[in-house]
This record gives sequence, structure tokens and C-alpha cells, in this order.
Amino acid sequence: MEHKKHWYDYLWIWAIIYFVMGFFNILCAWLGMIDFILPLIFAIVGGNKWFCNNMCGRGQLFAILPKTFKCSRQKPAPGWMASKWFRYGFLAFFLTMFGNMVCQTWLVFSGASSLKQVVKLFWTFKVPWKWAYTVQSVPEWVTQYSYGFYSLMLTSTLIGLIVMVLYRPRTWCTFCPMGTMTQVICKVRNGKQI
Amino acid sequence: MASKKVANVDKNVCVACGACTKVCPKAAIAVIRGCYAQVDPKLCVGCGLCSKTCPASCIEIIEREEN
Repeated sequence: MEHKKHWYDYLWIWAIIYFVMGFFNILCAWLGMIDFILPLIFAIVGGNKWFCNNMCGRGQLFAILPKTFKCSRQKPAPGWMASKWFRYGFLAFFLTMFGNMVCQTWLVFSGASSLKQVVKLFWTFKVPWKWAYTVQSVPEWVTQYSYGFYSLMLTSTLIGLIVMVLYRPRTWCTFCPMGTMTQVICKVRNGKQI
Repeated sequence: MASKKVANVDKNVCVACGACTKVCPKAAIAVIRGCYAQVDPKLCVGCGLCSKTCPASCIEIIEREEN
């Protein structure tokens, strides 16, 4: 039995469009903030993970790709990947890197550092991304944040694609920092043990 | 007649992603308040699709307890 399709079942298209847009204009990376803020609103206000459960374009993409192209081994992921220490550890690491990115933005804002037109993959590899710096009329810190945020989105998608191929399609969801954060919020709100 | 088998979620491991809800042919599994997935044993037919899909491998198909 196929589930009835809703408009939000097609948000995997948004996940692709996002990266295409950022390829041509890095400022579009700011739109990714929607994927950060919406799940938190759902969790804080609604006390649910409706975003993860129904609206996450990335989760949908990881489910659809293997279904269409048979590109996942469909093997159970190692147990530690869904363990609490790994999930909370990855969340802490992710938030630290996010903080670091905000810091870089601040440095450009204050004039202490110059704008770097690179996308940093896996927090390590610098990939030139000059061509996407198409709108230069905005303050440089706005662009710096775009590069940082796009790097973070691209890196997490690549990690997600790797674990999708190696294990089950939505393995990324087990340690997705947004997923972990929203589940913690929901558990606290509902008086459950974290 | 109820099926011999039924899905059972380890709520302590479940990440509440909802992948199971998308594959269940009977809409017998739902994420409860963003905390974990829960099976409705009355609807579950024990087909095992959720168990095969779960990225956290936290759903087991077990023998249904006789009431």
C-alpha cells in the first residue's frame, strides 16, 4: 500500500535545488537557515519532530536515492552510530564547528579577517568556490557566513550520502545533529529520560 | 485473527526519525511526541518492513504474546 502523497513529500527536490543555487550564488546558502530554524520551532512550540518525520528534504533524498538507483547496501549500521554518546558527541562537535563559523563571520565583520571565497569540506579541505560570489553589494560578513553555512550543509549531506551507501538509507538520521537536538527538546518537554 | 508476530521498538535507542512510519503498510507505527516510535499491536501484522528500514536497527519482530 502506497501512502497518500502530500506536497511535503516532494521536499527532497528542495534539498537538491539548495545546492544548485549555492553553486551559482553563495548568498542562497542563507535559505538553509530554514532547515535549522523550522525543526526547532516544531520541537519547542509543538513538542514534536514533525519536521524530521515529514518535511526533511535531506532525509527524503536519502530514502529516495536508494529506492530509485539501488545504491545502498541496506546493511544495519554499527550499533555505536545510534548510541547516545556518539549522537551527543557529534552534536557537540557540530555546534562547536557552527560556533567557529560564526566566529569567522565576526572576524570578517570586524575587519580582522578577509573574506575567503572557499567552501570547506569535512571541516578540512578547502575547495575554491569563487564563481558563486556573484552579488558583491552585500557586506562581506554576509557572504562569509554564506560560505560557512554552505560548507556545513554540503559536508553533512556528503556524510549522509556515504552512510546511505554503506548502511541503510537514512542512517544519517541516527546522528543528525538537528534530529538529536529536537529529540532531546521533545523528551525534556514530555518529561522523558534523555 | 492477529498475526503471530509483531514489531517491538527499543524506545531507548529509537531516534524518532520516522523512517518506519513511511514504510508501514498498515499505518501501525507512529512517532509519539518526537520521543520514539510506538507500534499499535492491534494494527501491526508483523511484516518486518519497519525493522528492515530502521536506521538505528531498534525494531525487532517478536512473537506476539498470547492474551
